[in-house]
Amino acid sequence: MAERKLRVLVGKPGLDGHDRGAKIIARAFRDAGFEVIYTGLHQTPEQIVSASIQEDVDCIALSILSGAHNTLLPAVNELLKEKGADDIVLMVGGVIPEEDIPGLKAAGIREVFTPGTSTETIVAWVRDNVTPHA
Amino acid sequence: MTLAERVLDGDVRAAARLMRDIDDRFKSAVAELKTLYPHTGNAYILGLTGPPGAGKSTLVDQIIAAFRKKELLVGVVAIDPTSPFSGGAILGDRIRMNRHAEDAGVFIRSLATRGCLGGMSRSTMDVVNVMDAMGMDVVIVETVGVGQDEVDIVSTAHTTVVVMVPGMGDDIQAIKAGILEIGDVFVVNKADRDGADRTARELAAMLEMKHPEPGAWLPHVLKTEGSRGIGVEELMEEFEAHRAFLKSSGALQRLIQERNAKLFADTLREELFDRVFGAINENGDYCRITDGMRNRTTDPYTAVEEVLAARAFP
Ligand code: B12
Ligand SMILES: Nc1nc2c(ncn2[C@@H]2O[C@H](COP(=O)(O)OP(=O)(O)OP(=O)(O)O)[C@@H](O)[C@H]2O)c(=O)[nH]1
Ligand SMILES: [Mg+2]
Repeated sequence: MAERKLRVLVGKPGLDGHDRGAKIIARAFRDAGFEVIYTGLHQTPEQIVSASIQEDVDCIALSILSGAHNTLLPAVNELLKEKGADDIVLMVGGVIPEEDIPGLKAAGIREVFTPGTSTETIVAWVRDNVTPHA
Repeated sequence: MTLAERVLDGDVRAAARLMRDIDDRFKSAVAELKTLYPHTGNAYILGLTGPPGAGKSTLVDQIIAAFRKKELLVGVVAIDPTSPFSGGAILGDRIRMNRHAEDAGVFIRSLATRGCLGGMSRSTMDVVNVMDAMGMDVVIVETVGVGQDEVDIVSTAHTTVVVMVPGMGDDIQAIKAGILEIGDVFVVNKADRDGADRTARELAAMLEMKHPEPGAWLPHVLKTEGSRGIGVEELMEEFEAHRAFLKSSGALQRLIQERNAKLFADTLREELFDRVFGAINENGDYCRITDGMRNRTTDPYTAVEEVLAARAFP
């Protein structure tokens, strides 16, 4: 049987214009052999979820440095549930205060990566925690 | 319900998954494609090709909007290159089309070339067929930013659009015959830049030098500014004109014949190879052949003849 190639959507929700981290993550994922759908800046949760479904990704990797994580991320997760697409792993990185992390995890965000995390660590986490759709 | 039945039922997730199965070369996808095939052949397929960064995706975004205004359903297949080093890819065409993400009348799928030359992926034709079966009125295919001789798009699309930018025509030698042969419509995008008129004129002059057969389609050169949507209306009229020409001239039938022939030949080639190669791998012949080639006791030509002779092809 042929093998699945991992597909990941990398994007930036909200009005946040800091895209260096997202670009670094996109490149690291490509170099790890994943197919990255890079949707760029200013995505609404609706756009992210709809694109993720059309692209049949295994993982949604969002980058947020604006401070709006507590509203945007749960919104994405709710929409995924609504569309029956919550088998897609939702992860996030960026400037996110320690104290917000437990709340995000409780809201269905599988992992949170803060500044300074090496891309090796992030790629390894994806390899260990994201299994391509059967 | 099978995936194909769900696709015909309008299930977007099923369509997306089937495209994945096709791209990942799952054997199960073949059965689904069989079910879908009778429901294909209705979509108008539009191909856009041209050098990297010419503005193909930006134009696709505008073209989607124009077709949506006419209330047509639009599918998009956007292809970007796979990294030969890692096998991964960054598929970025979608960035320019984000405003359509929430429109249920638009389905956009990004594909990586996965080692296929020719500007497309092996799966492109089948993915287009899935969109066709989904009921898309138009399917737009954006190839990777190609050089000059990757022209597979022609056998897939009804109308092939070659997107260029000002300055490219300065050196007539730089435009190889290949790209002139494939275009039904030529676009000089980024018309806001210097030299657009000149490039358009030079291009038109080169096209005129081709001395087309009587009754053949004469490709025009149009100028657009994709980022502001300027010239898109004229572009849409040109598509309409080409489509009408295809129908009235009988060229459409020829195109469909060629497309079918290619789809059949490609499928046959792959299936034959997979079967025969699988069989000789399993029974050990493959090892014996490569061993024989290594010590020069057999040659690849004889080996292939023998492998084929061992199977019945009357
Ligand atoms: C560079 C920078 C800018 C640049 C951005 C350039 C660009 N195109 O990206 C410019 C100058 C434009 C800028 C502007 C602003 N900035 Co600024 N900026 C920074 C700065 C100094 C560094 C960010 C950066 O690029 N880091 C390098 C990248 C590689 O790191 P990273 O994004 O953090 O990514 C790493 C991890 O976080 C993680 N990661 C990130 N994303 C993802 C995604 C996934 C899926 C995963 C797995 C991991 C992951 O992996 C990466 C590698 O370790 C930070 C401070 C800081 N030290 O973080 C402030 C900072 C982010 N900015 C800030 C602010 C306030 C602003 C402005 C609002 C300032 C203003 N008043 O005008 C504007 C807003 C711009 C906008 N439209 O959004 C604040 C945000 C405060 C907050 N969150 O509450 C910060 C934190 C500074 C501060 N301490 O106040 N900024
Ligand atoms: N000045 C100008 N820039 C444009 C125009 N159309 C597109 N662009 C810009 O050109 C850049 C490339 O546009 P894309 O649409 O991504 O080009 P592409 O041909 O799809 O690129 P690849 O898919 O990477 O080959 C973007 O920054 C666009 O904003 C235009 O008419 N004028
Ligand atoms: Mg593009």
